[in-house]
Amino acid sequence: MSDPSAGWVDVEVSEEFPELRLVELPVQARPGRSPRSVRDRLKHLSNRFRGAQAVAQRQEPVPWAYRVFYRHVGLDPDADRTPAEAAMLARLVRGGFRSENLLDDALLIALVETGVPIWALDEAQVDGRLGVRLAGSGERLGRAVQAPPVPAGRLVVADDRSPLAILFGELAPGHGVMPDTRAMRLFSVQVAGVPSIHVEEALWQCSDILLERD
Amino acid sequence: MAVVEQIRSLSPVEVDERAARRSLRDQIAKLERELAAAFVGAFPRQGIDFGVARAPGGPRMLSLGELEHVRDDLAERLVEVRRQLYARAEEEEHKRELLERMLVEPGRYKWVRVTARELGRGDCGAYHVRPRLGIVGMLMGWWQVKVSSGCPLAT
Repeated sequence: MSDPSAGWVDVEVSEEFPELRLVELPVQARPGRSPRSVRDRLKHLSNRFRGAQAVAQRQEPVPWAYRVFYRHVGLDPDADRTPAEAAMLARLVRGGFRSENLLDDALLIALVETGVPIWALDEAQVDGRLGVRLAGSGERLGRAVQAPPVPAGRLVVADDRSPLAILFGELAPGHGVMPDTRAMRLFSVQVAGVPSIHVEEALWQCSDILLERD
Repeated sequence: MAVVEQIRSLSPVEVDERAARRSLRDQIAKLERELAAAFVGAFPRQGIDFGVARAPGGPRMLSLGELEHVRDDLAERLVEVRRQLYARAEEEEHKRELLERMLVEPGRYKWVRVTARELGRGDCGAYHVRPRLGIVGMLMGWWQVKVSSGCPLAT
């Protein structure tokens, strides 16, 4: 298994956000059903995280750092919830962390344990290293036929050829993990105030879970 | 040569703008921290709006003006939240004093009811001055504070 490696951040973006990093990790894992150990872990997490933690969460350093970054880039964390807050809110509404599938469960466990969000792309649909940049005029989100246009100036996660995700937003259609995916590219976005060790830990946890089998 | 001079004269302005944006981001971070602290401190009180007017558009690099707008909205919201919390704290203090008097002399506060929400203790529960043994207590002047700890049933 390879180590997490730093992606690139465009100069224009890094001048404004010098502590912004993208960290990626390829994983030779296929999607599928979660093994019992992962489902049990989600149940255990449900017992550990309750209403009190949900309320106190926004004062914790890592979720707070993502809230602040949302403000800095024009997002409203009370409307477009940060991933950690969205997960906690869903846990309260649904009464627990529910198992969906191996990938979603792995992303969720890593997120709840570390506060760091991770996304996954189909490795076969990624060309080169991932990075963060501003979208140019006329660009589309991904390379699929139905790829929607991306407004110029939007912060995106891109590979060598095109934007593949809106930063903290949707993935490009046709580039996410599908049932026939044979390998994945995990990536996370580190913002000011989030220690590197948290990001690496999140990626390791996620990849370890993805490689677990019954 | 004239072009070079023009670029030299522009550069400090750009640098200053970047420094100003950085300063605004620091202020936004500080305000967000204070708003988060107010949010946590306000729990379990409800009905306080912590939301800030939403700027349209997705993630992007905000201009100086946009960052000022975010900073000002956060500052306004923080002032309003603190004002509401202060008003609530005063009301709750009055209700706590009333509850203490009710507990000492229930006969003077017949049928008075103070809810947990009015005391800033969540939604469930109430303190109600009621006669002991129903109508007998009412006639004899035996009053007591009954504590209802349950939540209303879901409808």
